[in-house]
Amino acid sequence: MIQSRDSVKDIWGERKPYYGEWPERVDQNLDAEPDNWVKSACVLCSNGCGLDIAVKDGCIVGVRGRAEDRVNHGRLGPKGLHSWVANNSQERLTKPLIRKEGKLVETTWEEAMNLIVAKSKEIIAKQTGLGIGFYTSGQLFLEEYYTLGVIGKAGIGTPHMDGNTRLCTATSAAALKESFGSDGQPGSYTDLDTADTILNCGHNIASQQTVLWSRILDRLAGPNPPKIIVIDPRTTFTAEKATVHLAPRVGTNIPVLNGLLNLIIQSGNIDQDYIDQHTVGYDELVKVVSKWTPQRVEEVSGVPQSKLKEAAALLAQTKTLVSTVLQGFYQSMQATAASVQVNNLHLIRGLIGRDGCGIYQMNGQPTAQNTRECGADGDLPAFRNWSNQQHVSDLARIWNVEVDKIPHWAPPTHAMQIWRYAEQGSIKLLWISGTNPAVSMPELARIRKILNKDDLFVIVQDAFMTETCEHADIVLPAAIWGEKTGCFTNVDRTVHISHKAVDPPGDARSDLDIFIEYARRMDFRDKDNKPLIKWTDAEGAFEGWKACSKGRPCDYSGMSYEKLSGGSGIQWPCNEKYPNGLRHLYIDGTFNTNIDYCESYGHDLETGAAVTEQEYKLQNPNGKAFIKAADYKPPHELPDDDYPFMLTTGRVVYHFHTRTKTGRSKELNEAAPDAFVQISEADAAGLGIADGDMIEIESRRGKVIEPARIGDIEPGLVFIPFHYGYWDKPGRLRAANELTITEWDPVSKQPHFKYSAVKIRKAGQGILNKIENVIEDVATAVNLKL
Amino acid sequence: MHIGTYIQLVHQSEKDLAKAFHYVAEAHKAEPDIFGMSNTLAGWSEELYNKLQPMTEKYGKEDDSEADRLLHAFFDQKRKGSLSLLQDLQDLWLMANEANVSAIILGQAAFGLRDENLIALCEEIEQKSKRQAAWLLTRIKSSAPQTLIAAS
Repeated sequence: MIQSRDSVKDIWGERKPYYGEWPERVDQNLDAEPDNWVKSACVLCSNGCGLDIAVKDGCIVGVRGRAEDRVNHGRLGPKGLHSWVANNSQERLTKPLIRKEGKLVETTWEEAMNLIVAKSKEIIAKQTGLGIGFYTSGQLFLEEYYTLGVIGKAGIGTPHMDGNTRLCTATSAAALKESFGSDGQPGSYTDLDTADTILNCGHNIASQQTVLWSRILDRLAGPNPPKIIVIDPRTTFTAEKATVHLAPRVGTNIPVLNGLLNLIIQSGNIDQDYIDQHTVGYDELVKVVSKWTPQRVEEVSGVPQSKLKEAAALLAQTKTLVSTVLQGFYQSMQATAASVQVNNLHLIRGLIGRDGCGIYQMNGQPTAQNTRECGADGDLPAFRNWSNQQHVSDLARIWNVEVDKIPHWAPPTHAMQIWRYAEQGSIKLLWISGTNPAVSMPELARIRKILNKDDLFVIVQDAFMTETCEHADIVLPAAIWGEKTGCFTNVDRTVHISHKAVDPPGDARSDLDIFIEYARRMDFRDKDNKPLIKWTDAEGAFEGWKACSKGRPCDYSGMSYEKLSGGSGIQWPCNEKYPNGLRHLYIDGTFNTNIDYCESYGHDLETGAAVTEQEYKLQNPNGKAFIKAADYKPPHELPDDDYPFMLTTGRVVYHFHTRTKTGRSKELNEAAPDAFVQISEADAAGLGIADGDMIEIESRRGKVIEPARIGDIEPGLVFIPFHYGYWDKPGRLRAANELTITEWDPVSKQPHFKYSAVKIRKAGQGILNKIENVIEDVATAVNLKL
Repeated sequence: MHIGTYIQLVHQSEKDLAKAFHYVAEAHKAEPDIFGMSNTLAGWSEELYNKLQPMTEKYGKEDDSEADRLLHAFFDQKRKGSLSLLQDLQDLWLMANEANVSAIILGQAAFGLRDENLIALCEEIEQKSKRQAAWLLTRIKSSAPQTLIAAS
């Protein structure tokens, strides 16, 4: 083992103090000296660290960070350094599986694809494409999403296509569209190298993006360290380093943000010229936030007035600011409305479009940006506006199909609604790729029930036998990172190419090959009776995408596989004007809000009602950013006598998603082998709970049993990490989403994972309870295997 | 003077609208977004109803059989399946628009009376009912194809 450091113990690695230019530090983890290195990037979070894959005798034997890469300057985090071992796991799926007499058995690609095609045609004949839904991922490659997008929209003609990105970054896209007219992160990671202040909103960056946090730790150790403001109800690793830590009650992000905006406006430290020249809606903001005095904020959120004032003073005076927003906002009450307030903060202070000033409406997954860009989620490709007839016509021209083939009568169906249609029986075929909804969706008992419906044909395309595969009618074995070539884009718009390093195991195929094969067998045609999908490989798909993205905000037309392979990451837009990409968007204060260019006419932040074209014309933003105000609405489910605690869910540093990869690394698994419930000292004492005791947590929707971990959380609140399911530990109900609530943000449609009212008690009190638990556990285990 | 008739009409239409939103929330509980948002929007109408109360005292109200004719005609309880959601939302949309146009009419009179409070209140009702209708239309548009083509 050739390891540059023990990243499990030393998560963020050695400090390289700096200001200005982030020094290099190359991290690596190798099992053996490789024969050759293959250029790629990391897929274990949204950061997109450049790395090389080490190959020996046709096997992956390790990874090494790339020093010249603009994202990581050589560094890799624990997940990236260890998860490549999953590629070599003996548990990889190597053959298609088909359900026969209730059991999944091995089959051939021929039989599996024949059945999928026959089912598809049967359903389309009866119900049109409206009977088919796709639920994809934030972890395929750009070329795969784009191909899937074309198949769904111009082949089948179904609006039912979304990704698990709905659960993680839908609010990111929604907040950017509401404020700036289109998706696309305004900033660049280089902003962190000089920023005076960093604001983390519901973003535990130290655990989520460990390499990005190293960059901040190195700044903190250097000259002119930045001030850090953290908004998070828990004392996370990130919060521990904060200059000011605001810990609001769950569901009260709007009061805190409105309180901060109010104090900033009152201090007079606004950029009135910027507001006048580059925004609309400021007066309404002043009206709404003026009601949020520090006293009222404290009453509603529990954040002390003195802390709010301290944070507001920093934000009012700072000359540069980087803000990041993630699940603490996105998966909570008023998700889009709260995230938009962070955009407002930058707009009223004019802190956008220049070095040191970045807004990151963060992504969670490595390729989530591409799901959104390519139209494999609830968007049209290249940030086109589904309610703009010209945009839809453009797509029809590019794909050479009739414009009415493309569903555009309403926004593409969001994931929560796709599942609802499946539950009601109007979607008969659900094709799931690269995601594990049986652990990651809210209210798992309901999800299992839907997956098990007799009238729903479920296809699951994955690398491992996930909890979701257990319910499938067909399982397709997928090749993963390192076994196929493709591109993906990180959260600061940096595009990397990841080359194929080794062959996939057994008969596993890339998602791209599977989709292309499906299109061929379905015989999708264009207007001239030529095959709809014009490419047969990843580079061909990328060329197709370049043409589709040309002239749009996410313009890839100046890139090529050769160019991407020659360097180490290029930011979009990359075109004739910016052949090497562009560090910041909105440099001149012109936003993507022109009516002919914008991705969306926007929404009523409270109801989610779509703004019409006529109403948008009246607002006449024409390149100005929107400042949209929002007043507070309490969460729908609050603690009461029956369910007196609030549950929130989140991540741990060593795992990604449902642990399909990270759980197969010995080091990562040993570092965090099981779920737990975090509870405050006061509540633990009140209930007689000691560290490590088994605790039963019950909501109106389900029950789990977890060991207790005491401290670093506000009283009244408990926390369970969402990573843990049943594939490696079927005995005990432990998935946090057994408890979570089925409801979502009215604008972004992102589910509310961050609050559920629960009751808790020590598990196994009394022999009857014990017996009851054992029976339930066995029943659950049996049910899961059905 | 018939101002009392219209005050009563607007007052009653907000009351009915709140009732109708609550009814739809309960009848379509299995649709999480319908349940949550319908109850929220019922709350808007309840608030407006309460704000109108002093106006009925100021101008007196004239009972009028026009008032809750829509509530009686709508929401056929015999409706079944996913089609019932679409039909119920359509009824709500008509009621929200009725509230909207009634508020516009009353608002015109409020200008004539130079009653600043009533003018502001009518504007608020006009805005809120417009937003209620906009939400309903957004939801109706997205579920119509699935209901009419794919659902059995």
